[in-house]
Amino acid sequence: MAKRIGVFICHCGENIASKVDVEQLRKYAENLDNVVVSKTHKYICSEGGANEIKETIKKYKLNGLVTASCSPRMHEHTFRKIVKDGGLNPFNLEIANIREQCSWIHDDRKIATTKAKKILRGAVAKAGLLESLVAPKVKVKPGAMVIGGGIAGIQSALDLAEKGHKVYLVEKSPTIGGRMAQLDKTFPTLDCSGCILTPKMKEVSSNPNITLLTYSEVTNIEGSIGNYNVNVKKKARYVDLKACKGCGDCAVACRLHDRIDCEFDMGLGKRSAIYVPFAQAIPPKYTIDKDTCLMFTKGKCGTGPLCVEACPENCIDFKQKDTEVNIEVGVIIVATGYDVLDPSAMNEYSYANCKDVITTLEMERLISSAGPTDGKILKPSNGEEPKSVTFLLCVGSRDETECSWCCRIGCMSALKQAYLLKEKLGDKVEINICYTDIRSFGKGYEEFYRKIRGMNINFFRGRPSEVKDNKENLKIDIFDTTTNKLFEITTDLVVLTPAIVPRDDADVFSRLVRISQSADGFLLEAHPKLRPMDTFTSGIFIAGSCQGPKDVQDSVAHASGAASRAANILSKEEYETEPFISIVNEDLCSGCATCISVCPYDAITLEKQKDDTSIAKVDETLCMGCGACVVACPSGAMQQQGFKDKQILAMIDAYAKED
Amino acid sequence: MTDSYEPNIIAFLCNWCSYAGSDLAGTSRIKYPPNVRSIRVMCSGRVDTSFILRALKKGADGVLIAGCHPGDCHYQSGNYKTNRRIILLKKLLDQLGIDEKRVRFDYISASEGQKFADVVTEFVNELKEIGPCTLKEVEQ
Repeated sequence: MAKRIGVFICHCGENIASKVDVEQLRKYAENLDNVVVSKTHKYICSEGGANEIKETIKKYKLNGLVTASCSPRMHEHTFRKIVKDGGLNPFNLEIANIREQCSWIHDDRKIATTKAKKILRGAVAKAGLLESLVAPKVKVKPGAMVIGGGIAGIQSALDLAEKGHKVYLVEKSPTIGGRMAQLDKTFPTLDCSGCILTPKMKEVSSNPNITLLTYSEVTNIEGSIGNYNVNVKKKARYVDLKACKGCGDCAVACRLHDRIDCEFDMGLGKRSAIYVPFAQAIPPKYTIDKDTCLMFTKGKCGTGPLCVEACPENCIDFKQKDTEVNIEVGVIIVATGYDVLDPSAMNEYSYANCKDVITTLEMERLISSAGPTDGKILKPSNGEEPKSVTFLLCVGSRDETECSWCCRIGCMSALKQAYLLKEKLGDKVEINICYTDIRSFGKGYEEFYRKIRGMNINFFRGRPSEVKDNKENLKIDIFDTTTNKLFEITTDLVVLTPAIVPRDDADVFSRLVRISQSADGFLLEAHPKLRPMDTFTSGIFIAGSCQGPKDVQDSVAHASGAASRAANILSKEEYETEPFISIVNEDLCSGCATCISVCPYDAITLEKQKDDTSIAKVDETLCMGCGACVVACPSGAMQQQGFKDKQILAMIDAYAKED
Repeated sequence: MTDSYEPNIIAFLCNWCSYAGSDLAGTSRIKYPPNVRSIRVMCSGRVDTSFILRALKKGADGVLIAGCHPGDCHYQSGNYKTNRRIILLKKLLDQLGIDEKRVRFDYISASEGQKFADVVTEFVNELKEIGPCTLKEVEQ
């Protein structure tokens, strides 16, 4: 049947129409092969536009549609639905991208219009050869995996569990809780962080729908939406998780008791080689740190390991091995959080060589009553109370040489800590805040800022050139841009607010999960406004700060959103995938098996025929539609639906043609 | 060569990285020459060398093929397959008397809008120096 194509050119308000002469383009389209009608509309994605497309399909008995509009990555699904509602198979659609790839890059109207014509010409050429396709359906495996047990991962897991879905929560450290567990109070309400976090952690451990895998790492992910196969390595704790009651006798007995730097306390406190990261850890079980335990570093522990003697339940087993488990789920939520920039390399801040220059998280541990100083604010150098504390914001943030982005939590956390220091040390303590801009954008943030501004605290707008260690105290030169004056601040304790950066293994991890990173290294969302929890890989979602810096409230909102997006898939028994899979023309296939050697998914097998010859067979549930086999096939027997040789060649010819 | 010569470039862009990178250039309003028209394929591994030759034969002066960075391929290895294929094709092009610079392979990620614009700009300038592709004349 001859193709009867309708062309719809979108003004996209002014986005396209201001640079492309849409009327000229409409007329041009009328003369292209197979085009029976060509129209323009202000917004073809609108209700009015959709209705006109549907009516036009019926009136002109169209069997193909071309839109000249935004990128197919934007509205392909919208337009497919319109085509379907108009009574056609939804894959009889081709999109000429004349916005992202034309009107938004060219200022000259003539140039943009000429280019738009060529783009449209290619799309119409391909549309003339499009065929009706059936989207394959995959069975959705029940259950979700959430990777990362910080507040975002916890929230996603709880939400999904509450909807009745089975959740596997994988956390690489011995406990869930993440960064939020390290905080004392949260801004701007000054809620106790632990008081609002630990009930959620408990809920995770007691929810029958959640399987918690702590001290575990994802090592491999295979499959696709609805059907992911994940390998998880459960690292040996050298402690029987079931038997351990968390009494802590082992840690007290440990030869290295209070001699190992405690990561949870940012190195300000000490722990044993057998430890729980903090008192409210979930699970409340002990773990042997292989990197410090004498049984592993020296091969022996005095006359025998004291923890083994002390343990009343005989939990300790130095022969324990890492184990690997295989888990099948329908969807995955990545909530791997962030790292904090190490300011050591920025010599001007003297962080590496001066004990009294600390970071926000270190201050958080000092403020915390469960911290290494029981909540007393003491200088790390001599254990004395500081008489003056100075906060330096934007350390590496909003800085082209380090991290160009804003950390989104630095201003508010410094204001919060300033308030708490006044509360703890009394109004006599001098507090200075050196800032670039105070960004107090959230609900209640500006009000909190005003409250702090009204207190006896000195604000300097600028970045210091250097922190000088005078042994007795610290000196900071700062040029205040509000008064245009140079100040020299003498202070006892400096608190740096370092940039929030992607996890140091974000690149390796993003490859493992097959999702992308944005230019800053954080994980890339499918659309910054409309699909901030989705990734380009269907069935994989992102939650929290792995996508970009977020405070607790934004992380929770993002994580609930990701859970909701994931549940959309889990609530279906079957999920429609793209039909762009490979098909074999059995008459042409010679059974040479070249295709089999290039298929990354083992989706092709040779099938014996009655006459003893063999032909290739594609398993459509395994084929992901990359098209590698099509290129490899020497006889043209293999074709990719929606991207057949003849369809692509038609486009090439239309583009290559001289005007 | 006259200054008015504008090379005609066809770009094969993979859906997941390079086409998204090209879209990002537009979304970020980065300006680059209008000489390129893109063909979206799901994976750069779908780009048959015959597509490239066909494009040059039918009138294109240059062909750009862009895929995900090493290790980032949505389909595991399509970008490697194409990269290898293009290295071989370039050797063949030399034998045919076609400047191998007319075919260009780049890794462009979804976040590299600026790189896409830079690659196109550089390619256009290179092709302007080389001049029009003569292969199309054989056809006529």
